[in-house]
Amino acid sequence: MAVKAEAAPVRARRSGSAGIGRWIWKYRALYLMSLPGIVFFLVFKYIPLAGSVIAFQNYNIFSGIAGSEWVGLEHFRTMFAHYDFLRILNNTLLIGLYDVVFAFPAPIVLALLLNEVRKVVYKRLLQTVVYMPHFLSWVIVSGIAIGIFSPSTGAVNHLLGWFGIEPIYFLGEESYIRSILIGSGIWRDSGYGTIIYLAAIAGINPELYEAAEVDGANRWRQTLAITLPALLPTITILFLLHIGRFLDFGFERVLVFLNPLNVAKGEILDTYIYQQGLLQQQYSYTTAMGLFKSVIGLVLVLIGNFLSKKTTGSGLY
Amino acid sequence: MRNSGWGYSLFTVVNLIFLTALALIMFLPFVNVIAQSFSSTNAITTGRVVFWPVEATTIHYRYVFSDASIWRSFGITVYITLLGTLLNLAATAMLAYPVSRQEYKGRNLVVLLVLVTMIFSAPLIPNFILIKSLGLMNSLWALMLPGAISAFNFFVMLSFFRELPAELIDAGRIDGCGEWRIAASIVLPLSKPVMASLGIFYAVSHWNTFMSALYYINKPNLYPLQVKLRQMIVSDDIAVDPSATQFSELAHSSPEGIKMAVIMVATLPIILVYPLLQRHFVKGMMIGSIKS
Repeated sequence: MAVKAEAAPVRARRSGSAGIGRWIWKYRALYLMSLPGIVFFLVFKYIPLAGSVIAFQNYNIFSGIAGSEWVGLEHFRTMFAHYDFLRILNNTLLIGLYDVVFAFPAPIVLALLLNEVRKVVYKRLLQTVVYMPHFLSWVIVSGIAIGIFSPSTGAVNHLLGWFGIEPIYFLGEESYIRSILIGSGIWRDSGYGTIIYLAAIAGINPELYEAAEVDGANRWRQTLAITLPALLPTITILFLLHIGRFLDFGFERVLVFLNPLNVAKGEILDTYIYQQGLLQQQYSYTTAMGLFKSVIGLVLVLIGNFLSKKTTGSGLY
Repeated sequence: MRNSGWGYSLFTVVNLIFLTALALIMFLPFVNVIAQSFSSTNAITTGRVVFWPVEATTIHYRYVFSDASIWRSFGITVYITLLGTLLNLAATAMLAYPVSRQEYKGRNLVVLLVLVTMIFSAPLIPNFILIKSLGLMNSLWALMLPGAISAFNFFVMLSFFRELPAELIDAGRIDGCGEWRIAASIVLPLSKPVMASLGIFYAVSHWNTFMSALYYINKPNLYPLQVKLRQMIVSDDIAVDPSATQFSELAHSSPEGIKMAVIMVATLPIILVYPLLQRHFVKGMMIGSIKS
């Protein structure tokens, strides 16, 4: 029996809890190995998830969850009646929308253009340069941006000066902040984002292009008729993943660009939650906000998954 | 492949010019930062530095290297990068490997456990309360433990281990190896490529640690490099010790040059490992995309 189970472990399923217990004991080394990881997820991911109930309390750090007063949906009601929240939600949605419209297509276009570079050495050089910024922290990206956009010492205003344009304090005016947030994202990540599309392009059967060539299709037609359709499944999946993270523009990348002059239009939910929750200690109120954000995110992921199953036949998860 | 027509040639030229301009936009900001970091304060504040140092000086670097708090932050970041990455790889592999095995009953349950955390994350404050009640506030463990296993990297490793031929493991068992021996002397040597790829991703994220330090560290002598850097970038006045006469020209002046020098110091390690990175991230991304 034991020999048979070892030879064909998959088929050797037995019913009953005693069987399971014996099975686990037999492979206890594997289960033991996985224990730290499982404990990690339970402690660092699931306990905070359970702790989110403080959104329905007036949480007091000294009384704990058990001793704090329950207030139901009060924080959610306050939230939606609060002018600040609506303004910040509006910022978050707009920045998310700009990100989808401008930052999402950037790597697709860039990959198509890179694909047209026939000199392999030059293509490699271009790739090496455009992938690089992805590995810099947002602190460094913002440091560089603050430097080159500075009204007094920055290179950008220096160049604008050549055309007789007065220095502009780009980071000090709220009308520029959203463009800076989106632009810095494109600068840092669009090159890196091409990797997955270039891989998909590399996977296209070259015979398709040869046949198109014979039929007299030029490069432009080939791109429209072969390359883009071949990329469509990849684009669809990445698009749906992107939509699922619509409200998760990112805490760090916004925080490092904010200052009192541009905060009104630049602040998003995550930075507000940090500011009000951690620094001002409005624990329950901002947890309600975070929970609201997570629930919207979940709904978006589920919708995306559903659409993905409809359009490509396979779900994201 | 034959190229067709002058329209395409024109496109090729325009495309090359466009891509070159784009690459310059990615690259020139670094040149500007380097130029400023090597220029005199006077030249920077009068806006004369673009792509070449003006009134060249190394004083900003000498100042940065003489500042003990920058060195300490640098050391802390090196420490969490090394220890944190080791912890990441050990923890991720020790979960992904058993779960990849057919013999591990309940593996779908574990996969679900991880998957849920990917699509629904807890808000900030409950995380903060957890760290606080574990007594991890102002401990460097708060920067390493909460991210010990990235769900995404777990799935990358899982799909790698699933590809390993089961015969190898069976062969090990026939030779009388226990599960730990099989894991250590058969599976581990085979998983060098995935360890290298993921290790590099984990290491870069530790090097760039900022957010969790902002949340969980409020003692300045425990600040990792990015937090220290951020503080210096936003300050308008870097207090230069008046007794340090070799830096007297920096006192009461704009600290732009110092900021640029610190940015370079924090960026240089990334640039140095970049060739190594480039070899691995394409591979890492490929393994990742197979999964989805």
